[in-house]
Amino acid sequence: MKTDTFWRHATLWPALVLFLLLTILPLLKLLSLSFHDVEWVNRDAIWDWVGLTNYTKLADDNLLRAGALNTLIFAVVAVAMQMLIGFVLALLTTRVVHGRVFYRTVFILPILVPGIIIGAIWKLMYSYDFGVLNTLLITLGLTPQDWLGNPNLALLSVIIVDVWHWTPFCFLLLLAGLESLPDDIFEAAKIDGASRWQQLRHITLPLMLPTITVTFVFRMILAFKVFDEIYLLTGGGPGTSTEVISFTIYRRFFTEDQTGYGAAMSIAVIAVIAAAIIAATRATAGKGAKA
Amino acid sequence: MTHPTDIHASSALPRRRTRLAVSERQLAVARHLVLMGFALVVLFPFFWIVSAAFKTQIDLLVGKVFFTPHLDGFLDVMFDKTSDFARNFANSMVIGLISTFLVLIVSTLAAFSLYRLQWPAWVLHSILGWSVIFHLVPPITLAGAWFSMFRSVGLDNSYAGIILAHTTLHLPMALWMMGVFVRDVPKELVEAAQIDGAKVPDILWHVVLPIVRPGLAATGILTFIFSWNEFPVALVLSQRQTATVPLGIGKYAQENTIAFTEMAAASTLSIIPAFLLLLFAQRFIVRGLTSGAVK
Repeated sequence: MKTDTFWRHATLWPALVLFLLLTILPLLKLLSLSFHDVEWVNRDAIWDWVGLTNYTKLADDNLLRAGALNTLIFAVVAVAMQMLIGFVLALLTTRVVHGRVFYRTVFILPILVPGIIIGAIWKLMYSYDFGVLNTLLITLGLTPQDWLGNPNLALLSVIIVDVWHWTPFCFLLLLAGLESLPDDIFEAAKIDGASRWQQLRHITLPLMLPTITVTFVFRMILAFKVFDEIYLLTGGGPGTSTEVISFTIYRRFFTEDQTGYGAAMSIAVIAVIAAAIIAATRATAGKGAKA
Repeated sequence: MTHPTDIHASSALPRRRTRLAVSERQLAVARHLVLMGFALVVLFPFFWIVSAAFKTQIDLLVGKVFFTPHLDGFLDVMFDKTSDFARNFANSMVIGLISTFLVLIVSTLAAFSLYRLQWPAWVLHSILGWSVIFHLVPPITLAGAWFSMFRSVGLDNSYAGIILAHTTLHLPMALWMMGVFVRDVPKELVEAAQIDGAKVPDILWHVVLPIVRPGLAATGILTFIFSWNEFPVALVLSQRQTATVPLGIGKYAQENTIAFTEMAAASTLSIIPAFLLLLFAQRFIVRGLTSGAVK
């Protein structure tokens, strides 16, 4: 069947070509850039071999250290809050019959809106002079806060935006998981006199573990990529208080035109992520979980 | 069940049951109150930005709650000579529609090929594995390489460059969403058609397409929305002529004196496409989100 082989290849190659030209090739390009210092003279790049210098510089980069640390804090705190609030709300509201379409529409809306607009909305709400949050604080007789300008508060403010942004979707995923649990186990547990807490601890949580894991992993991945909201809200500042890793790469690579060094940083981040994925896949593959 | 505690349980049962019967309705009300409160928290920022868009800069700055709605913000954003927003809107449409179209073609062909045309397992696994890794890496890491590659072939600041980048960026998600839908096509159906001498294009058109059509809608809508929303790659690859909506919004925030009403009006306008899709094509969005966009 000669035609078959032809079509077999013809259908797959468009995707392969895109992947080769726009993911593999750029990766190789980054790799070679990372061993050079690059200077742009008009449209021509002048490459200067520097060996591993770009990589050794990574260790002393305070901005990178702040970025990595903030990304970690941001991801862990924001995702933990989203999961916790989402899960509690889902527990409280299972089996709501009426108005499901309305609620679903509302709770999907935030994730379909551009991240940059989420940032714009909250930048206005956080405004020191006329933002709604300070208006509220003043009405309550409290001191208004410089939400985005105070270095001690800025990261928390950014986390609050992310929690607002993503809790609804976590809630929907967890709710769907809760509602797909079989009823008869809970009936049996009730007959055996299990308390609500015991049911939660010994039935709901173990059965929900796959859903919780999927939601958690999905959120962590996106949280590590965070860029848009922070770009608009704080631009990484004040100081380095909301610097995140994507932002550090952007700054080094584009704002400061350190092409070689930015490439080394990109390669390092990609390597760490790839290693994490491979480790995670190995760990779950051992338990027979589907990838 | 003859458990010693059964006696206590059964004696406690009638009282508990009456209490439950009363509270069942209260519980339903309580659940709705919780959900309504949650929904209000989610919706409030949207109300606020839309109302800010209708205020004058002064009304906004003094924090007026009751105000006469003005269209100045919208008019400035859409028609003022210094505003690029209408152009950004058109750019986002063009880039979103073309890249979505390309993503759908490439991902459907590849998904069909991988799942129905007997590729060895390692091909399937290495392509899916690579697309997972690529999907998880922050796009900004590759944007630098794209930028310098496109610059060396003259594709920097061109629609083609951004469209190619967006197509690649959303290909992994589309590939495994379409993978889910293509697997709904019975293998026997494809094999029977092949034995009857049907060529692959005929099979795709007459057998696969009718079955995956809802899947194409789901994948297409999400791809378009994600392209519409995408910021860092567009930021790196485009300049003024090719700038997309998120870049337009980003620019407002960067100016020394922020034009708040215009920023609010532009934000309101740029939510509209996603909002309309959510109202009129929600089942596809939900289908898409549950079938693989998340996993």
